Amino acid sequence: MKKTFAAATLAAFLLGGTAQAFEPESDQPIKLMQADWTSSLVDTEILNIILSTFGYTVEKVIADDSARYPGFENGDLTIALETWQTTQDKAFNASVATGKVLDMGELGPKAREDWWYPSYMEELCPGLPDWTALKNCAEAFAAPETAPKGRYLGAPVSWGGFDEERIKALDLPFEVVHAGTDAAMFAELRAAYERKAPILLWVYKPHWAPSVYDGKFVEFPPYEEACYSDPSWGLNKDMAYDCGKPQGWIKKMAWAEGEKIWPCAYDITRKFTMDGDEVGKLVYEVDVNGRTVEDVAMEWAKANEAKWRDWAACAAN
Amino acid sequence: MTDTSSHTRHPVLGPRALWTGGAILIAVLAAFLLPARLAGSPDAPLLPVSEWVDAAMNWLVRDAAIGGLSLSDVTRALAASAQWPIEALQKLLAEGWISGAGFNKKQILPPASWLGVTLATALLAGRLAGWRLGLFTIAAGTYIATFGLWTSAMMTLSSVLFCVLAALILGLMLGIRAHRSPGIEPTVRAVMNVMQTVPIFSYLLPTLLLFGYGPSAALFATVAYAMPPMVHATVLALQSVPPDTMDLARMTGCSRRQTLWKVELPVAMPRLAIGLNQVVMMTLNMVIIASMIGAGGLGYDVLRALRRLDFGAAFEAGMAIVVLAVLLDRLTQALARKQSAGLRKGRFGRDLLIAGALVLIPTALSLLVPALAIWPKAWTISVAAPLNDAVSFVNQRFYDPLEALRTFALLYVMNPIRDMMQLLPWPVVVATVTIAGWILGGVRAAMTVAALALFIVVTGYWAAAMGSLYLTLLSVLVSLAIGFPFGIWAASRPRTQQAVQIFLDTLQTLPTLVYLLPAVMLFRNGDFSALIAIVSYAVAPAVRYGIDGMLHVPSERVEAAAMAGCSRWQTFRYVRLPGALPTLLLGVNQTVMMALSMLVIAALVGTRELGQEVFTSLSQGLAGPGIVGGLCVACLALIIDTLLKAAAARATQQDRSSHV
Repeated sequence: MKKTFAAATLAAFLLGGTAQAFEPESDQPIKLMQADWTSSLVDTEILNIILSTFGYTVEKVIADDSARYPGFENGDLTIALETWQTTQDKAFNASVATGKVLDMGELGPKAREDWWYPSYMEELCPGLPDWTALKNCAEAFAAPETAPKGRYLGAPVSWGGFDEERIKALDLPFEVVHAGTDAAMFAELRAAYERKAPILLWVYKPHWAPSVYDGKFVEFPPYEEACYSDPSWGLNKDMAYDCGKPQGWIKKMAWAEGEKIWPCAYDITRKFTMDGDEVGKLVYEVDVNGRTVEDVAMEWAKANEAKWRDWAACAAN
Repeated sequence: MTDTSSHTRHPVLGPRALWTGGAILIAVLAAFLLPARLAGSPDAPLLPVSEWVDAAMNWLVRDAAIGGLSLSDVTRALAASAQWPIEALQKLLAEGWISGAGFNKKQILPPASWLGVTLATALLAGRLAGWRLGLFTIAAGTYIATFGLWTSAMMTLSSVLFCVLAALILGLMLGIRAHRSPGIEPTVRAVMNVMQTVPIFSYLLPTLLLFGYGPSAALFATVAYAMPPMVHATVLALQSVPPDTMDLARMTGCSRRQTLWKVELPVAMPRLAIGLNQVVMMTLNMVIIASMIGAGGLGYDVLRALRRLDFGAAFEAGMAIVVLAVLLDRLTQALARKQSAGLRKGRFGRDLLIAGALVLIPTALSLLVPALAIWPKAWTISVAAPLNDAVSFVNQRFYDPLEALRTFALLYVMNPIRDMMQLLPWPVVVATVTIAGWILGGVRAAMTVAALALFIVVTGYWAAAMGSLYLTLLSVLVSLAIGFPFGIWAASRPRTQQAVQIFLDTLQTLPTLVYLLPAVMLFRNGDFSALIAIVSYAVAPAVRYGIDGMLHVPSERVEAAAMAGCSRWQTFRYVRLPGALPTLLLGVNQTVMMALSMLVIAALVGTRELGQEVFTSLSQGLAGPGIVGGLCVACLALIIDTLLKAAAARATQQDRSSHV
């Protein structure tokens, strides 16, 4: 046993020795923010693998999507890979404006979130996915407690989204019922889908649900900034929010002072990009096939080694 | 209690019940007569309390300093020092020694083998509590390992062990302090009550800023939640030490320290053990919430499984939490009993050697046989697929009758009650509870209750609080309607006790979300699912106190009743029930507390009340509203607690006076 142990230590030393030709600028831990949805878990783990391979000390820190900003401003968190324009636009811009947080560019995938229905509902509500069809089929989506209005299952209150306002502005015969969590929202989708029962709810992607369940987003008048800020914009001249939800970027962000501590790690992070479909597939592996995030991320890292070694040009010498 | 004619000979309330009834009648009448402005709730907060709290928190977190040392530096250092032992334990039990990361990751030393840890714990369990617990330990270890949950379970165990120890030591110290200086005892009790009833989410934001993002904040929250029962139990236990025993200690010339360690604590041990039990249960109960804010382990597994709607996998991980809870509880209980009975030293040393060998040998072997370090993935057992199929089956076959039940309850019971409570004008409600406080507990109780109720009014959370109150009251009624009869039934059948105990432990430690999300599939998001969540958690204390109340009716009274020729029903109605009443009232109290503490979880299935306000402020990063909303939950709890405690005191008094 002693022999095995000695051999293992030796091997570790030798292997470590060859890879550590690059000396990280600092051994202070880089704190990667880990949010709670799957795509962010996977890409954060991939960045963890890349940075760790070049010898950086990396910690993964779980933080809430909206509660992250003070952490980034005081250096409790160093890098986050996913900031969604759809929900974080204002808070992100405000935080960047303080000068303490850096916009590190887009990750690649585009986020979409809006009202969504399973395809079998098109029979019950002809005219979908155009939103005007909803005006005539509230009954088809009604539940006993909302009847005669239709029931729309909204996201957790904390996600915002202005659905109550949208319903008023577009004069839709619907009532919003808020789910408490992401999981509770999709539990209802699954229940309805299994029974081919009516449902209209908030879905976002990249997420596994739209790839497992067959359905479509409702097409509202496309979002423009003026729609949310200017009542006179759009169909309803007196109210804002008479349009769909913003579709938008997913950005990387970082603690500004870290640029001086780990310039090379920041360079790698800026170059780190992923393809939208690729992220969708990784999420599917984890959420639907039940594999671990670590396995899926390591598999990606092995398959794409040339790509990320290329990003890490600054660590190559 | 249903016949109205019995008011005058009512054992609890006596003639004052008329006053209460009258007051409520006036309140309801006033609801319709008062100007509309006072009806319902004040629209905006009368005082910007949440802004003040926000400012205070900002100061506390950013600028507060003790002699040049900023507060957040102190707390961060504290967090780091708490982190150290946990990380060491995790290395030992879960991860092993690892060097490098990413592509350079190398395992230098394996973690302690699952087989070794299980066998050593089984030996300990066998020595402490007999072979049955030993066998249970082996079964538990095998379950956790073969279902592929070992690494997560050891991560959880490492932090749980630390939290239990911290809560135990701090709770004991505070309890002893409070017992010795009766002046501070009421303050300590009030603070503990607030700590237990303010939802964790409400002070999470300042905690994150003070202790840093990650597991340390979770540790702090867990200890804050699990410690209060230990303090209560310590105070109670020390008060119950007979004065004669203390006299004896004094006469034999014991020093103060000797009296405490050699006399008071050993004598008080049985009651201290109850506190310990609650600490263990509450700590494991927090595992899910802790993993929402950065602690990994089993809680995280549950959350991940639920996110992909894999109910079966969530159930497996949840049951591992239950198994850990039961094992830890039985072990600590046995240890406490042994401690008070005195441990045999000689054998202990030898056992330690054997246990060490049991851990070391399989661990060393695991270098050659990897299956001993981590159970191979290919061999893991899982019952997740059939469980998931079962949920789908129920969903497809039984949805319609369940939907009918939900619709009926929602449209004809829940919504009308909610709407009625929202319509009640706040001055009337405040007046009613104040009068109730005065009738039951006198001027002091009335003042306390009024102040607490006015806090909710002033801060502008009245409407949300009424939402919470409606959900809580309904859930408590349902819990009591199920729990008390079941408890009373179980009390008369001693053989069922052990099974009932295990069932209750499971209810209290199996993460609610595990059965809540399947419930959402069947009952949709909304208040009905929330009701189910709250009831399934709050029913446990109702059953426990139901059993306890019945078992502690003095046997002489029951015998006397039998001799007087009472029928079984008469004995129950006129002897057992009145005798158990004080305990049952305490049971009501605990049921209410548990129901209130579940509000935050209920918010996860889409309620609209205080729990949701707290949850939302957390996710929007607003410290002030979160804390104030949480304090409002505590206010509700304390109002109900004050009223019920007063009622229980009166019931005890009446019970004594009617039987002297």
